[in-house]
Amino acid sequence: MGTVSFLLIMVILTALAFDFTNGFHDTANSMATSIATGALRPRVAVIVAGVLNLAGAFLSTEVAKTISGGIVNDAKVSLVMIFAGLVGALLWNLMTWLAGLPSSSSHALFGGLIGAVWVGAGSSAVQFGAIIEKIVIPAILSPIVACFVSLLATYFAYVITRRTAPGQARTGFRRGQIGSASLVALAHGTNDAQKTMGVITLALISAGLLPHNAGPPWWVVLSAGLAIALGTYTGGWRIIRTMGKGLTDIEAPQGFAAETSATTVILASTHMGFPLSTTQVCTGSILGAGLGRKLAKVRWGVAGRIALSWLLTLPAAAAVGGAAAWIADRGTAGVALVAATAAAAAAGFWALSRRRPVTSDNVNELPARQYGQTERTAA
Amino acid sequence: MGVQTMSTQAMTIHWSAFGSVFAVSLGITLLAVVLFSLGIAVWPGADSAGGGQLRTANRSLAMVAAVLCFGACLAVAAYGLVLIIGV
Repeated sequence: MGTVSFLLIMVILTALAFDFTNGFHDTANSMATSIATGALRPRVAVIVAGVLNLAGAFLSTEVAKTISGGIVNDAKVSLVMIFAGLVGALLWNLMTWLAGLPSSSSHALFGGLIGAVWVGAGSSAVQFGAIIEKIVIPAILSPIVACFVSLLATYFAYVITRRTAPGQARTGFRRGQIGSASLVALAHGTNDAQKTMGVITLALISAGLLPHNAGPPWWVVLSAGLAIALGTYTGGWRIIRTMGKGLTDIEAPQGFAAETSATTVILASTHMGFPLSTTQVCTGSILGAGLGRKLAKVRWGVAGRIALSWLLTLPAAAAVGGAAAWIADRGTAGVALVAATAAAAAAGFWALSRRRPVTSDNVNELPARQYGQTERTAA
Repeated sequence: MGVQTMSTQAMTIHWSAFGSVFAVSLGITLLAVVLFSLGIAVWPGADSAGGGQLRTANRSLAMVAAVLCFGACLAVAAYGLVLIIGV
């Protein structure tokens, strides 16, 4: 029988904190365009997304059987490395949230783990082939596929309804958007909450508190579901603003086309054996919706910043994860030091965000300073 | 930790699986968006109210067509829901 160590408790707490940031990072994926087009009021949108994420967490029984899915040699992953990897992912999530950039929480987690395992067990434990296959290639292909699908869908939506009264078209597409956005949120809950459940369950197994191949205990399912739902409800307003208003100007037909494309691409990829990355798919589909409407303005500067953040996700999270693993490996004091530093950094990010707060009230307003003076021209 | 052992694996990119995902995504999305847009386009709007018997018949026909379109979209969405829940 294993014992509950300080490290194990820190792993569980950090995993839940990561799950929380995962939630508010990804609210934008399902709800940004619905909020931008007025299909749902901001507060209502995050409640819907939160509830559906919670439902999704309970719906799916498919919990990850490995921490990394083969990105690193799972046999060499220790509790300290999981902890350090989670810290790296958590801090990268907070940093990109502060910058309002939709980066992938899964990639951040993989990055953190890669760094921690590299430092803790050497580069031979990192499967570089698998990284290319399972992270880099999907990250490149996801936005391209979603962008193309959404571009065509947007084009057809506008062509077909060009003689329809604008008010009627807007109302219709807004209603459709609520449905497609809800599907994205539900699919997200079945995927992302499982990741945290998997991490905690594997940590409990490695500490000897659960038998091998055990499923997640009920309190793990409940706490992981609640953490991601609460995070979602908190609403990552900064990222929602970037995706709903910053990247391009979204009208109701575009929002519907983007959400439908994102849902279909995510479901097709999950069920046809070529996993794509949700955040990249959702961002790509919004970009496609921008390109598919005549006269719509795509802010390539914003798109470029997002792409840069995707490029940096793995190395940045890996660097933090590696440093955290090195310090946490010194024993309980090291673990405590890493945890305290992470908590301080998180508080710092939060304090910085208070300088220019983005809330449900101003999520649909773009600050001219940040996005240039021209955005109001393309209404 | 030793929960699962992974052998070193060569990089394999399943282009055929990717092609299928691309094709299916494109097909289903276009089907759903086109049907939904058609439903909106043929839905008899308030501004076209009034007129004779022929007009009323047209309106009913348009309504049936729109409902069929939306129904088909709902079926696609229901299938998506089954995929999310049923696995």
